[in-house]
Amino acid sequence: MSPPVAPPGWSRWLVPPAALSVHLSIGQAYAWSVFKPPLESALNLDGTESALPFQFAIVMLGLSAAFGGTLVERNGPRWAMTVALVCFSSGLLLSALGAETKQFWLIVLGYGVVGGIGLGIGYISPVSTLIKWFPDRPGMATGIAIMGFGGGALIASPWSAQMLESFGTDHSGIAQTFLVLGLSYAVFMTLGVLLVRVPRTEKPVENAPSAFEGVQVSANSAVRTPQFWCLWLVLCMNVTAGIGILEKAAPMITDFFADSSAAVSASAAAGFVALLSAANMAGRIGWSSTSDLIGRKNIYRVYLGVGALMYALIALFGDSSKPLFILCALVILSFYGGGFATVPAYLKDLFGAYQVGAIHGRLLTAWSTAGVLGPLIVNWIADHQKDAGKSGPSLYTLSFIIMIGLLVVGFVANEFVRPVDARHHVPEPKEEAVDA
Amino acid sequence: MPDDSSQSAPDRRPLIAFAWLWVGAPLVYGLYELVQKATKLFSG
Repeated sequence: MSPPVAPPGWSRWLVPPAALSVHLSIGQAYAWSVFKPPLESALNLDGTESALPFQFAIVMLGLSAAFGGTLVERNGPRWAMTVALVCFSSGLLLSALGAETKQFWLIVLGYGVVGGIGLGIGYISPVSTLIKWFPDRPGMATGIAIMGFGGGALIASPWSAQMLESFGTDHSGIAQTFLVLGLSYAVFMTLGVLLVRVPRTEKPVENAPSAFEGVQVSANSAVRTPQFWCLWLVLCMNVTAGIGILEKAAPMITDFFADSSAAVSASAAAGFVALLSAANMAGRIGWSSTSDLIGRKNIYRVYLGVGALMYALIALFGDSSKPLFILCALVILSFYGGGFATVPAYLKDLFGAYQVGAIHGRLLTAWSTAGVLGPLIVNWIADHQKDAGKSGPSLYTLSFIIMIGLLVVGFVANEFVRPVDARHHVPEPKEEAVDA
Repeated sequence: MPDDSSQSAPDRRPLIAFAWLWVGAPLVYGLYELVQKATKLFSG
């Protein structure tokens, strides 16, 4: 499939909604928890089993983004969005069949494996195209798309909950919900497939530099550079630190103020989790756009340095002031989102636009690693502290110290990021890059 | 080379408005639900 080239007069402002239609859909993955209790009772599963489809989906996201990135670069965004649409929607339809026939393995295969491929290819599908259309504001452009991934759960979570309430939480009701989701997302993502275009020229904006100016490095060469691995570490540390809060947000705020006069109720804790989601989303567009003004290295200094400071403030004074605790957690979550959204532009600065989508795909293995590392650290430590008879804020103090350490490691890795050595540059990238 | 889009290019503004509405409407629904939940932090 040849990439769809924009006709004369095509507006670049049609590309962000195309990207958003895909990211808002695949962001549904973060609303999986809505399906856990009904699945557990309808199919007689335990908590570990009901988490399997989501876990498979995240692993497949990382793998397909890493291994499918080069194909996405070669075949273009429309091909990638079509693959994402087909995989993601058919994954949900397979899950509907699995729920209806009470075959849980079909849900794992459908949602986890097939749908997970859709997540990975869909996640990286618009990145390279957006950077080519917005060479003057790559941080803002990719921030809009990646904000959509955060926003997807905000839509899918209440919508799925309402459908389950209407259709019922038995196996048939779950199947109908999956069916409606699969068909709706297929229609919704079609907009992206139809609208996405690659620019006709290397310079789609008259008064802005081309995305192909400067250094261009192929994906295969990029993974051999120290810059790639420094950024891998930066992303991994930043995501781990964010997950540290996100994973235990509700019990954390409850434990912190359990003995104070300002105790937090279960519904207030749910409100806190919702507020963190908002901060995560706002950080994606806000901080990523800011990086266009102050530079990528500086914004990661803020994410990692100020992030460590926020963790220190929570550890030292968090239990004495609820507003301070909430404010610090919100800032940390905004940095978590910002870290995801800014990294494609950072990659473009270092490796050029030539194969930035493929390089981004390979970097997302840092996310998969952090997805395992973050919850593991926080849950393991909290459980052990509880076994040791501790309670309240002291359950989390050690976790916070570890998070500060991880953020410092990320900060140092960011300081080591330097321009890529000339031996890795692609000699004549321009013709190939336009084809990609 | 700048884009030669000025040559009898069709008006894309209705399409742009439709596309942003397509993705904006569900996002507004999601944000509305989020605000409903988040306010419980201060009232609940």
